Amino acid sequence: MKRLFPILSVITAALLAYALYEAMVVAPTERTMGDVQRIFYYHVPSAWTAFLLFMVNLVASVVYLIRRNPKADALAVVCAEVGVVFCTIVLVTGPIWARPVWGIWWTWDVRLTTTLVLWLIYVSYLVLRRFSDSAQTPVLAAVLAIFGALDVPLVYFSIWFFRTQHPQPVIGGGGSLDPGMGRVLLINWLAFCCFAFLVCWSRYRLEMLQREVEEAHAMESLVGADGVSAKASLPLNRSPR
Amino acid sequence: MNSLWAVTLATLKKDIRLEWRSKDALNSMLFFSLLVVVIFSFSFDPTAEESRQIAGGLVWVGFLFASVVALNQTWARELRNQVLDAYRVSPAPPNSLFVAKALGNFILVSVLEAVMAPLFIVFYNLRAIGPAWQLIPIGVLGTWALVVNGTFFAAVSIRTRSREIMLPLLLFPISIPAVQAMVEATRIILMGDGSARFWIVLLLTYDVVFTTACLGLFETILHAE
Amino acid sequence: MNSIKYLYAAYAATWIIHVFYLTTLVRRYSRLRQQLRELGKK
Repeated sequence: MKRLFPILSVITAALLAYALYEAMVVAPTERTMGDVQRIFYYHVPSAWTAFLLFMVNLVASVVYLIRRNPKADALAVVCAEVGVVFCTIVLVTGPIWARPVWGIWWTWDVRLTTTLVLWLIYVSYLVLRRFSDSAQTPVLAAVLAIFGALDVPLVYFSIWFFRTQHPQPVIGGGGSLDPGMGRVLLINWLAFCCFAFLVCWSRYRLEMLQREVEEAHAMESLVGADGVSAKASLPLNRSPR
Repeated sequence: MNSLWAVTLATLKKDIRLEWRSKDALNSMLFFSLLVVVIFSFSFDPTAEESRQIAGGLVWVGFLFASVVALNQTWARELRNQVLDAYRVSPAPPNSLFVAKALGNFILVSVLEAVMAPLFIVFYNLRAIGPAWQLIPIGVLGTWALVVNGTFFAAVSIRTRSREIMLPLLLFPISIPAVQAMVEATRIILMGDGSARFWIVLLLTYDVVFTTACLGLFETILHAE
Repeated sequence: MNSIKYLYAAYAATWIIHVFYLTTLVRRYSRLRQQLRELGKK
């Protein structure tokens, strides 16, 4: 298990390098937009990865509410945080792509706006976790994740309808995809998924370490001056943070 | 079912009576609402043609800020007197507490809107070109959308630091589709620009989805102190 | 060809954000390790 991480890191680094090469060199140049279109190979996989992570967060949150398993809660917070990182990248690369192609930094199109709302919901999720001191923070956060999940289809639908009434340029383009481009897109997505997996794994280990430290702090304050072992005087079941 | 409504009404009546006796909070909220309208009128020139187009948005953003002020005090009284602990151990269904609080907030925010709306109409010379009666379902559904989630998130924010800022922070992102619907529907009615039916249906859907979610999950967060 | 700058900017931004996040993880990790060591000594 311990050796798996470095091995996977090397594989992922190689995959990312290969994906970059594919995106920059191998992929065909787009007819109307030119080379700038290659941002697509970073923008779209980041979006898909972010959505995937948020879905895992939702599942972990529901599992936590049902079973109160602390590992489910740890997975939830990990996916939320890494998801926000990837979502930020989508929101940054989107305007950078839009500016040279359409002359505008931002457009309230369906996908970008939904991504923005999703980012806002999950940032508020992270703020709730940071600002909530109670032992039941995981429950509150899980409930918020469910509310967010209920909200997203409504967001998408409302913006979609709004756009049919007030059309604007669509970032990311619609229409069919050249198979050469599709291949490069999938390679980049695979590379970023592996990368996201490793980042989540690291963050998960960090989260477990943090909980260990917090428990150690709590134990320390319970151990009396006579040095009686805290473990001897406490019930054995561990409670969630 | 009978006891649910009985408890709900009893709680609601108590809240209204308490609020009516100490009108301080109510008065300051009313004054705040008035200030919001005035500030908007200074910032967004009411005489300009464009302002008529954005008036729908201004009205609802004004309502949104006023409702946050009202929502923030939702659980303050309960917290001060450990009423929530009493509620947790009582046989009263937890949802009755939530519904009572949400209805109380709905009445309070409606009062604030009743103060702000005429002012907006006067300052912006608003005239409904479309069917004006549709503004009533928009108002009711929109206010409920803000209030139901606001009451819920107010309960979530109780045990957080910076409680007052936590509420809008949680409420605003989730409310985005509802706010868009309210603003668009109002704009369409005021400008006579087509049919607001889609937006009213969307608001109704939003209300149903989130009222169900709040009722389903309130007990969970009530016990999560 | 001015627009090629944007392509590089986007790719650079992506990796800057990732590296920034990973750096915060590393820093938090070493800080926690330090705390654990101090607790172990007591």
